[in-house]
Amino acid sequence: MNRLVLWFHRLGSPPYFYRFAGRWLPWLYALALLTGAIGFYGGLVIAPADYQQGDSFRILYVHVPCAWMSLFAYAFMAGNGFVALVWRIKLAELLAMASAPIGAAFTFVTLVTGSIWGKPTWGTWWTWDARLTSELVLLFLYFGVIGLHQAIEDLRQAARAAAFLALVGVVNLPIIHYSVVWWNTLHQAQTVNLLGESKIDARMLWPLLVLAFATHVYFFASVLARTRAALLALESGKAWVRALVAPATEPAHG
Amino acid sequence: MAEFLRMHGYAGYVWSAYAVFVVVLLADALAPLLARRQTLAALRGRLRREAARGARTGNPS
Repeated sequence: MNRLVLWFHRLGSPPYFYRFAGRWLPWLYALALLTGAIGFYGGLVIAPADYQQGDSFRILYVHVPCAWMSLFAYAFMAGNGFVALVWRIKLAELLAMASAPIGAAFTFVTLVTGSIWGKPTWGTWWTWDARLTSELVLLFLYFGVIGLHQAIEDLRQAARAAAFLALVGVVNLPIIHYSVVWWNTLHQAQTVNLLGESKIDARMLWPLLVLAFATHVYFFASVLARTRAALLALESGKAWVRALVAPATEPAHG
Repeated sequence: MAEFLRMHGYAGYVWSAYAVFVVVLLADALAPLLARRQTLAALRGRLRREAARGARTGNPS
């Protein structure tokens, strides 16, 4: 078998994943913190003030990466949910459920920072604009997934039911993305373009891209940490988990 | 420095937005750490009780 495929299979084994995640976590957190600090410095200090919005535009550097992550986390959750439903892989269930609270956190920050940005630029904290409303629906979808997962006693059944809800909610992702194209209201259209040219000064753009990278790294760190914790709880009766805590309990009767 | 902190009059908006970001993500980072610690503590307690029961009956589990 291909070595990559073999490694992927090994990663599906709980004790291997637990060790793997434990090894990578400190590096991922450190990388996210470092790039996040660089991005903040670039966004708050180096980037020039916007000619229309002045310094209030700097909210962009927390608002936009979080908005991107709110969609990315949902796609990641739904993707793993799909794998969990079709192939019944335990780890995919855990990964899907681990991304829900992180995605909800990013969506919450997106809505709050957007509201804070809206007051000085639009003159209002909130409007029922298509982009804002669909993003609010995304937050409720995350809450639905988390709530459904917690409402069902059996952890594996709970994960599969919540994964199904997550898959249904995917319909909201293109609505959020194209909302600024389909409906013309207060929220500005897309300025940063992955494939074409971005309509933004380079000195303003690079901190945004660095922060997008930092939030992605943070997302994966948080997903690994949460999956690791959930794996421990789910497999607490298994021999490998007992072996993990055994050294601490041995002196009691040894 | 003072001018930087004032953000040309937008200080309240800019700094509160950044504060929300930092506080929420910090809470998100701490949650799995606490959850894992709780699971491990509960597990250690369970194993210790099992070991104690095994020692009493002379029948290691």
